[in-house]
Amino acid sequence: MAKFILDLIVKAKVRLSSTYVLIVLTSLEKLPKILPGQFVEVRVDDSPTTFLRRPISVHHVDYQKNELWLLVQVVGDGSKRLSDLNPNERLNVILPLGNGFTLPKNKNDRAMLIGGGCGVAPLLYMGAYLRQNGYNQFDFLLGARKKDDLLQLEEYRKYADVYVTTEDGSYGERGFVTQHPILKEKKIDLIYTCGPTPMMKAVANFAKEVGCECEVSLENTMACGIGACLCCVTDTTDGHVCVCTEGPVFNITKLKW
Amino acid sequence: MVDLKVNIGSLQLKNPVMTASGTFGYGTEYSDFIDISRIGGIIVKGTTVRDRQGNPYPRLAETPSGMLNAVGLQNKGVDYFVNNIYPTIKDIDTNIIVNVSGSEVADYVATAEKLNELERIPAIELNISCPNVKEGGMAFGTSCVSAAKVVSEVRKAYKKTLIVKLSPNVTNISEIALAVEAAGADSVSLINTLLGMAINAKTRRPVLSTVTGGLSGPAVKPVALRMVWQVAKAVKIPVIGLGGIMTATDAIEFLLAGATAIQIGTANFIDPTVSIKVIDGIETYLKENKFNSVSDIIGALEV
Repeated sequence: MAKFILDLIVKAKVRLSSTYVLIVLTSLEKLPKILPGQFVEVRVDDSPTTFLRRPISVHHVDYQKNELWLLVQVVGDGSKRLSDLNPNERLNVILPLGNGFTLPKNKNDRAMLIGGGCGVAPLLYMGAYLRQNGYNQFDFLLGARKKDDLLQLEEYRKYADVYVTTEDGSYGERGFVTQHPILKEKKIDLIYTCGPTPMMKAVANFAKEVGCECEVSLENTMACGIGACLCCVTDTTDGHVCVCTEGPVFNITKLKW
Repeated sequence: MVDLKVNIGSLQLKNPVMTASGTFGYGTEYSDFIDISRIGGIIVKGTTVRDRQGNPYPRLAETPSGMLNAVGLQNKGVDYFVNNIYPTIKDIDTNIIVNVSGSEVADYVATAEKLNELERIPAIELNISCPNVKEGGMAFGTSCVSAAKVVSEVRKAYKKTLIVKLSPNVTNISEIALAVEAAGADSVSLINTLLGMAINAKTRRPVLSTVTGGLSGPAVKPVALRMVWQVAKAVKIPVIGLGGIMTATDAIEFLLAGATAIQIGTANFIDPTVSIKVIDGIETYLKENKFNSVSDIIGALEV
């Protein structure tokens, strides 16, 4: 897929919680084709310590409204600066980058989209994309530390049922996503997952136990995002490969987990 | 029309702007964004005699105005390059230069011999300055004797333009430059990355898997500029300057300090179009200051 460098326009900024911000971007031209699971590299201007671009997964794309949504967790100077953007400001973005999730082989395959923390971001667009392509047999299972960290559940519910775990039990089932009873109750043919590495590894182990397909989206630190710097590698059955160009989505059979 | 052409040994560049090894892939990674044939020279990823997996992740630490890397020369080896990559890049209408590294002198020679046979590779850049490998690499570039040894052996095997990339992690870089010049180098490029380190105070652990890594970006520019200036005064062969160049003005400073050409490295990660902007910016500067040729400003620093 051809990649573009675009000055996108901030259409809206929504503070979702004390640490999460939704940035809605638009363009004067039609947004290029972007697949769920792909990411963008944003340039952070006017930040004292931010030098490199920031890789951010695509949260949602609405072609009717010509909107690209990014979910930003405020952790350092770069994300702080992004969270301070105001409507009509510009954001320089390289997109679309990496490979997205693979669609289920059959329309009747049952999928579970499992996300944790900021890793829930790409699953919203995946849910929308599955629906747009006639796949209805899927649910979301979303995990967070506490109720305040659960984001935009109503958006996810537009596309499928949403099951929730919180570590402190303040919403949904108490515990980790892999402890949710729904995983035992439903037949699952494949899993798409994104979140903290320990969570994804636990989900991958569950997938291996029940023998279902599993794709994970990795979030390694990156410089270029286009396969030039070789910094974001992960160890696979083919040796070290760039997460930015060979991933960020990997089938777990390829990873040395 | 101003003349942007420069010569590095027998190698002619259409302009003095090159892209640095390890920051521009094999060029094609950037072809969605720019016409890569406009660049004076593309120096492709460090190539070794056998394939190398490089260092474990994490390999990157962002630092104030720069970054540390610890890639460790990950590449698929020279045979893979010759058979699989060369055919896909050989028709790019500019100079494609291969950066060559090794653990032993014989490795460098074997790699250079194979590259000598490739018609569309007019030059190699000998990397005796990689800080991220346990053996070889920088070890060759930090003593005059070992630097001269590897260069003279490669010189016997390699008939085209031989550029030697120097390490800044030395007490006197001019001495090393003089040693490789005497050993037969056609040009020296400098600087490779400065050895550095990053610590995560929260976890009380190093950020990089290798603990130390190579610092690049604007943070190193004043050091690079000083070394280019010193080396350009010391040697007769052309000097290629690099280290933290982000803009045309940065590039012009290196030319004034005595560099015949420059390389853009880390800046490619932030702006994939930067090389074209620097070429255009140099041309604009020459026109505005009424110079006919880029050679008018090379080493034109008035001290």
